[in-house]
Amino acid sequence: MTWIVQNLWLIPMLPLAAAGVIAVNKQRQRKLAATLAIGSMGLAFLLSLCAFSATLLHHGGNGAFREVAGFNWLQFGGQWLQISWVLDPLTAIMLVMVSFVSLLIFIFSVGYMAHDENFMRFFCFLSLFAAAMLGVVIANNLLLFFICWELVGLTSYLLIGFWYHKPSAAAAAKKAFITTRIGDLGLLLGMVWLYAETGTLNFYTTNGLGCLEQSALAAMVTHMTAAGMAVSTAIGLLIFLGAVGKSGQLPLHVWLPDAMEGPTPVSALIHAATMVAAGVFLVARVYPLMAAGAVPVEHGAPVTTALTVVTWIGALTAIFAASIAVAQNDIKRILAYSTVSQLGYMMLGLGVGGVAVGMFHLITHAFFKALLFLGSGSVIHGCHEEQDVRKMGGLRKFMPVTFAVYAIGMLALAGFPLFFSGFWSKDEILHSAHGWPVSHIPFLLGCAGALLTAFYMTRQVALVFFGKYRGGVRESAAHSQSHGTIKPSSHEDSHAEPHESPAVMTVPLVILAVFAVVLGFVGTPAWPWFDGFLKGEPAAFNFARLTESGTLGLMLASAVIVFTGLSLGWWLYGKRLRKTVEEPDVLQVAQPAVFRLLENKYFVDEIYDATIVRFNAWAAQACDFLDRWIWGGAVLLVAWVTLGLSRFYRFTDDFVVNLGFDTGCETLREGGDELSKWHSGRVQTYLRVIGVALVVLVLFLIWGHKS
Amino acid sequence: MTPLQGCLLVSALLFAIGLAGAVTRRNAILALVGIELMLNAANLNFIAFWRYGPHPEALSGMMIVIFSISIAAAEAAVGLALIIAIYRHYRTVNLDEIKDLKG
Repeated sequence: MTWIVQNLWLIPMLPLAAAGVIAVNKQRQRKLAATLAIGSMGLAFLLSLCAFSATLLHHGGNGAFREVAGFNWLQFGGQWLQISWVLDPLTAIMLVMVSFVSLLIFIFSVGYMAHDENFMRFFCFLSLFAAAMLGVVIANNLLLFFICWELVGLTSYLLIGFWYHKPSAAAAAKKAFITTRIGDLGLLLGMVWLYAETGTLNFYTTNGLGCLEQSALAAMVTHMTAAGMAVSTAIGLLIFLGAVGKSGQLPLHVWLPDAMEGPTPVSALIHAATMVAAGVFLVARVYPLMAAGAVPVEHGAPVTTALTVVTWIGALTAIFAASIAVAQNDIKRILAYSTVSQLGYMMLGLGVGGVAVGMFHLITHAFFKALLFLGSGSVIHGCHEEQDVRKMGGLRKFMPVTFAVYAIGMLALAGFPLFFSGFWSKDEILHSAHGWPVSHIPFLLGCAGALLTAFYMTRQVALVFFGKYRGGVRESAAHSQSHGTIKPSSHEDSHAEPHESPAVMTVPLVILAVFAVVLGFVGTPAWPWFDGFLKGEPAAFNFARLTESGTLGLMLASAVIVFTGLSLGWWLYGKRLRKTVEEPDVLQVAQPAVFRLLENKYFVDEIYDATIVRFNAWAAQACDFLDRWIWGGAVLLVAWVTLGLSRFYRFTDDFVVNLGFDTGCETLREGGDELSKWHSGRVQTYLRVIGVALVVLVLFLIWGHKS
Repeated sequence: MTPLQGCLLVSALLFAIGLAGAVTRRNAILALVGIELMLNAANLNFIAFWRYGPHPEALSGMMIVIFSISIAAAEAAVGLALIIAIYRHYRTVNLDEIKDLKG
């Protein structure tokens, strides 16, 4: 066993230690906090690279590289609960992605949060998050996985509510926590059920007895639940519920857009690149369970009930969220819905194409979405905390670097052909969906989603970076009017204008942009290295594969879709540039009803408010009533009865028992008084009594005998 | 009247005189004298019952009386000592004034 597997635990432990040290330090030591967080992350990244290279060295051998290590944690009945971790290609690739993206975002945060008072707290939470996320990635059993998963949820809560003095942020944090809790309940149930079925929580073990290995899976497939469903399917669906909550899939997606209340680096790190991908990663991790019991197919991914559910949820989420993103005006919300939509793609990819397809999109998406979010952070920072795209515009001139990298991210997300990673990963998903034997609808939904993605990204870029700067105009005019003669307005104008972000923010952006481009080339149909890496098969470069089985045709089709989306967006938003802030949206003019529906996110929040939240409030009130009047009444009744009884006891004590006792005592004392008169102390009186008694005795003896 | 009856009569008389003296005298010493008289009346009874009883040859009555007299002597000594102690304490031997022993 290689040393890196033994010491894999160091990777999450380093940021965790950093978080601990930051937490106990004083609030002013910003430099220390940033150094610790970034340093620990850098070390974790280096170790991740070591782990990655260990898997690379093994790559090309027979089968996938997989080694586990761990220790016994606590005894549980006759068995030991173990904490163990695994190093396989899936872990390695996620480790590198998470630690690298985290590292860049940490560096970016130094610039973004420079003026925030709670700089230390922010880095403490960020480090804790990174630790938990890396823990999720290396976990080899559901126990460690669940612990880290919940820690991830906790840090997400803490970071969304980082600016807790804003009521909207506090509410969003609560919403995120509670919504994901619904999914986590499913995960917990699935976990417990899995333990009951297989007697182990380890995914893989050295002796082949892990719950994702052949013997356990075979047993679970044959067991049936009450509804005629295989146990493996039921457990898979429960675990998928956890993934739905964490990855913001329909119908639990509502928390993710609201989570944008947090600081932008948080949105980038947690709610775009890594945490939300944890759900996808979970499905990828338990993929053997999901795929268990499938009818063997010649090529392509297996089809099971669980995977079909994953596919449908993913496809529906992809189109649903993409359509909402079209009508949003908050720069971060557009990206948030885009994230939800892309997560749907990943789920779709997992469902129709297996681990490699979904994970490839996860990795590429992590880079370009982190890039987009950090880019939007840079924009927001440059525009003085303005998030409304209607009040931006023309930033191309003010922020050239940001514009360049943002454009790369946008093209990658839209899936611009050949040169951007998003194209390859999305194309692979669409390709797999096309070959899915069950239904063609997910494929069509995916294509429509791709069209919408290209469209709304073009809209966003056109609104933000082209035309004239619309923000600050009115404000600065009003400003100079009020100050008018006192100050020349030139100084204020320069202040109100957007500015490029410092290097500490742009350098990570540039690095991410590079990866957003080049990452695509590890998973092209001609050279499916990524696919082979995960499966443990050598990948050969074969140009001919581009043309076989309709691959080229599909690539052309998706390119056409993307171009349609881009040009449609450009035609609607780029050609006729928005002049003022108040001007209604082009779509709003054309289709007011549809636009309103989309702008209000299909009224999902309102529906939840009207049904679940109201039901919950009603149930809470019912419980309150029960508590207050029924149970409380019973308690009060008992109290009153006790009180009444005690009063009665006191009465009898005072007036019956005490009275009798007192009388007895009085009588005794009086008797004593009487008797004590006989005890005069005069010796001669006593003698007299004795004499009289003697005489009486004698007389009695004399006459008593006679009679 | 048999000699025994005569003796008993004398002894009863003596006892009555002693009792009267012990009960009526205010002076503690005189009350003690009365008690001694009663004791001697009892001794006289012992002698009489022994002398005129069924076994006058055995000296049992004599023995009891001598024993009784010696106890009386000791008792008189204790009694007088008590009286002296009482006198030292109360500066009087008037029995009516000595009543602190009551409860």
